[in-house]
Amino acid sequence: MALLMPALVGGLLTGGVYALVALGLTLIYGVLHIVNFAHGSLLMMAMFGAWLLAAKFGLDPLVALPLLAAIMFAVGWALYRFVIGRVAHGDDRAILLATLGVAVVLDNLALVLFTGDTRTIETPYALQMIQAGPLLIPLAKLIAFACALLLAGALWAFLALTDTGRAIRAVAREPEGAALVGIRPDRIFALAYGIGIACLGAAACLLLPSFYVSPQVGGVFVLVAFTVVVLGGMGSFPGAVVGGLLVGITENLGGLYLGEDLGPICVPLLFIAVLLVRPTGLFGSVR
Amino acid sequence: MPPQITRRTALAAGAATLALPAVLRAQPATVKIGMIHPVTGPLAFGGSQCRLGGQTAVADLNAAGGIRSLGGAKVEAVPGDAQGKAEIASSLVDQMAEQKVAGITGCYASNLALAATQTAAKYNIPFSIDSGIADSITARGLPNVFRFFPNNTTMTNEAIACLDALNKGAGSPAKTAVIVHENSEFGTTTAKLLSAKLGGIGITVKEAIAHATPTRDFTNVVLRIKEAAPDLVLITDYPNEYQLLLRTLYQQKVNLVAAFSVSGGGFNLPFAKDQPQASAFMIDYNHWYNPHDPRALEFRKRIEGAGHVFGWEVLFGYFAVRVLADAIERAGSTDPAKVNAAFAASTFHDDWLPYGPTKFVGGQNQGARGLGLQIQDADIKTIWPAEFADAKAVFPRPKAS
Repeated sequence: MALLMPALVGGLLTGGVYALVALGLTLIYGVLHIVNFAHGSLLMMAMFGAWLLAAKFGLDPLVALPLLAAIMFAVGWALYRFVIGRVAHGDDRAILLATLGVAVVLDNLALVLFTGDTRTIETPYALQMIQAGPLLIPLAKLIAFACALLLAGALWAFLALTDTGRAIRAVAREPEGAALVGIRPDRIFALAYGIGIACLGAAACLLLPSFYVSPQVGGVFVLVAFTVVVLGGMGSFPGAVVGGLLVGITENLGGLYLGEDLGPICVPLLFIAVLLVRPTGLFGSVR
Repeated sequence: MPPQITRRTALAAGAATLALPAVLRAQPATVKIGMIHPVTGPLAFGGSQCRLGGQTAVADLNAAGGIRSLGGAKVEAVPGDAQGKAEIASSLVDQMAEQKVAGITGCYASNLALAATQTAAKYNIPFSIDSGIADSITARGLPNVFRFFPNNTTMTNEAIACLDALNKGAGSPAKTAVIVHENSEFGTTTAKLLSAKLGGIGITVKEAIAHATPTRDFTNVVLRIKEAAPDLVLITDYPNEYQLLLRTLYQQKVNLVAAFSVSGGGFNLPFAKDQPQASAFMIDYNHWYNPHDPRALEFRKRIEGAGHVFGWEVLFGYFAVRVLADAIERAGSTDPAKVNAAFAASTFHDDWLPYGPTKFVGGQNQGARGLGLQIQDADIKTIWPAEFADAKAVFPRPKAS
């Protein structure tokens, strides 16, 4: 029982990180209606970016966050505009394969550039803990958690309140209708893909102080991000946040009560249970 | 006056030209050595390190005149990427057999080595194991498989002896332990071996905590360790989880006499340098060079000077090739049967490594051993046994602040 509270808090914080990685994925699915297989590899690339900025230029990941988010936006935008969009010709299957191809290229490029080594950085707050009663809370994870919630809120506000956000939503719902009123769906697709990948830039900066980076790191998060997106409802921001927190807490409590090797089955069980009751996920809507 | 070409010089030049193809034919053929490692995929780091060692050895051999008994034949590396998959490691052996390699080194991971050596046995190709530690690699009785380096049983037995010596030397402050291990073959087998032996040195295992790979968060595991309050934490993990666990132990201020591992996946110089606080005083029983041999120190400097990370895998890759080349040299042939016979009778020795006299029994070098290492001041120091130590062990470690 003494372990329940720390496990709950730990799960909540880890869930915040999952939500952060899932945000971009859910946006890309919501607008482009494709599953972005390159998501894990682009997260890895962003983490190496954050590592380079920290290790070579002494830029703290939290300071580098806006810069890296902007760089990753440009990468995502260009990737869609010049690779994925061109290869796809409007065919969803071709987009899937294109994102898979991008993932393979990025993974191998990382191995050539950075080798298979595991890298970490040391920041003044990376190992710092906050004492809250009997609880010791890692500061880096607390910051990541708070930023994940802020980012989700900001993204939601951007989509709900700005003209560009409305255009994105219009294209997501009815691309042909949006084109009729003067919105160019192709530009919006590239923009949405760019924003989705910019989220990974932010996630990378928030993850790096408490995690490691290696060419395989994307795989550690991408499967759980897909689970979070489907669980929360594909294309839903509140779904990504609630789904992320739910997965984090389930994972930690499962580990606590069933052991660390049997515990991981709790997340797929929760996943199946939710989809049996709500096939569109917690916050998903029937299209 | 310009030199005149006489009939005699013209004839001499003609004769020399005619003789040229014969001279070319007399050039010794190159000796190809296959190198199978996972240089992509999850094991890419260790595999690349082994390959780097192997290629460095080939460069050194050629600089020293090649294989002398074969007329100074140059050695040529034939690298192959096993991608961490046993079936690919096996098919690479078939390809290398077609290329007529004189021997193969590899494969960093035990599961890859088990598959590759089985295929190499079909062709009787001499196989020099580098970093596969599983006993079964040489215990299957394949006459073409040799391991210059220690196996799992040797490493575990020596690790227990090291832990016992450190503990008794400090007045036996460690009486209990928790073992944390990843839940596949590597972690489970080593954890079982350790559990069985710890009782013999007066240490009670309070709990063995298994976890999956990857594990993204170790808070739960560390909370359970805190609750069990052991004197020792013994870790058997792959690099990423190993380092995350040590970071969480540091963050949660767990007080221990020592954290100890056997062939610790994440125990390396980049971790010591990048995470000096979390990695400090970690003890690992592992492969390492003899710190008292100046050539070993020079070798490390040379690898680091070329911008590479220096890990024990580089030594593996390097000496796996050297010991194979020595067998080819003594066989005076690339005939597999002759090289295997020379390998089995090898007495190859180099003081870079802390090994005793080389003697192969059933393909396993009986002189191979590991060393007790500890991270101190962001570097790896040898702390046990005394004859090889270059630093004094910090045991017990300072209290968590």
